[in-house]
Amino acid sequence: MKFVLLIYFSLIFIGVSQSYKSKESSIADGREIYNDFCIRCHLSDGKGTPGEIPPLAKSDYLLNDVDRSIYAIKYGLKGKITVNSREYDGVMENQGLDNDEIADVMNYILNSWGNSYSELITDDKVDKIKK
Amino acid sequence: MKFNKFFFISLISVLSISLSCAQENTPEIESPKNINYSYEIISDGFEIPWGMCFISKNDFLATEKSGTMFRIKNGIKNTISGLPEVYLRGQGGLMDVCLHPNFKENNLIYFTSSSSLGEENGGNTALYRAVLKNNKLEKLKLLYKGKENSKKGQHFGSRIIFDNNGYIFFSIGDRGNRDLNPQDLNRDGGKIYRLTEDGKIPNDNPFSNHDITKKAIYSFGHRNTQGMVKHYKTGEIWTHEHGPRGGDEINIVEPGKNYGWPKITYGINYSGTSITDITNFPGMEQPLYYWVPSIAPSGMAFSTSGIYPEWKDNLFIGSLKFNYLERLVLKDKKVIKREKILEKIGGKVRNVVEGPDGFLYVGVDGIGIIKILPN
Repeated sequence: MKFVLLIYFSLIFIGVSQSYKSKESSIADGREIYNDFCIRCHLSDGKGTPGEIPPLAKSDYLLNDVDRSIYAIKYGLKGKITVNSREYDGVMENQGLDNDEIADVMNYILNSWGNSYSELITDDKVDKIKK
Repeated sequence: MKFNKFFFISLISVLSISLSCAQENTPEIESPKNINYSYEIISDGFEIPWGMCFISKNDFLATEKSGTMFRIKNGIKNTISGLPEVYLRGQGGLMDVCLHPNFKENNLIYFTSSSSLGEENGGNTALYRAVLKNNKLEKLKLLYKGKENSKKGQHFGSRIIFDNNGYIFFSIGDRGNRDLNPQDLNRDGGKIYRLTEDGKIPNDNPFSNHDITKKAIYSFGHRNTQGMVKHYKTGEIWTHEHGPRGGDEINIVEPGKNYGWPKITYGINYSGTSITDITNFPGMEQPLYYWVPSIAPSGMAFSTSGIYPEWKDNLFIGSLKFNYLERLVLKDKKVIKREKILEKIGGKVRNVVEGPDGFLYVGVDGIGIIKILPN
């Protein structure tokens, strides 16, 4: 019986330690990060400024390759990119966010302004994206 | 009756929309009819060239926000060693750099950087002094460090200048905590500070005899000051600061004065909601000029040399939002004309400095340092 209980509690412990925060709470935290670090350029509607700051709302660049966007947030982005058939040539600086913060803000932008993305981005996933 | 109700509701909503959209402030920005200048890139490969100061006309220092300081001598870019660790987050990083007025004899330079020194997580703005020996910093000394640290990404300031009395002025922004920092004289952030050249608090600082802890404060109620210049004739300290959405300001800072943020502002939140209903209040200073809509001002210089005859005594301010250099014509401390310079430059205009040769040098994100040439 003791042994069964031990296994039972160990399983709970493993379960807890490996569980990620829920999508809802990650999106909520991501909104805070967005309002702090991103909103000045990408604006509250995620539309950016055509020709100057690329949109996140319904952005093919974002939704077609999530790893590429994680990389850009993690290490910065410079040079020509094409977003929704329009060319952009600016600088987005590495904002110095922690991996869990990058995961949160990704979940927020992937699920706002009409965007939807089924996969939950985790800090593990962010961690695996290397320079 | 139904119709009346509908009409009434429409009227209210039209009124509230027109009230919530602030009117564009005059004078309206213009594009020049004739372009009477050209430019050349004198140093490239910069992402965010925040700070710049000249040792001589062919020898200057420039900072890259991500944490590198360069010495560009006769067009050759060398990395300066011996910098402290930079806390890179959001708008923070390695920021302004400035020479001691007597640099030729003492080789002292001053610079601001965000720093994680201290107990709490996060960072805040620090002012350092060091001796520049060739391409190396020696005798590094921390002169001031804003407290507390914060993980917020916003509003580190920062600009540094010396006034005519040898005092050093520098700015720290509100660090994303407008409710606590800018109006509290016991907290850092949202302030312009004044120190002696070795980091002491001058005896005649406005609050040096007051019962407050931050006696280095010179003026307060600022949001985020990223432009500061000494007036070429009067010696006054001219500054500008970012507003939220609308409400960027030019101020001439005076000792002990309160510039109002966030109690009064001409701006609104990024989301469109209001911050305060009032734009003026007794005991709080009105700006010399305010921008609606915001241009996101950065860097500030007067053109005094006469090298650009039509621009003499005009004020130049970079726009991070619209990627141009703004030329402001002033008359009796009133802005009477605004014009876009370097309109198609293709990057955020981060900084502008008048060099010892009288030319205007401009730091542009993603491009580098450019020199404006008159035609």
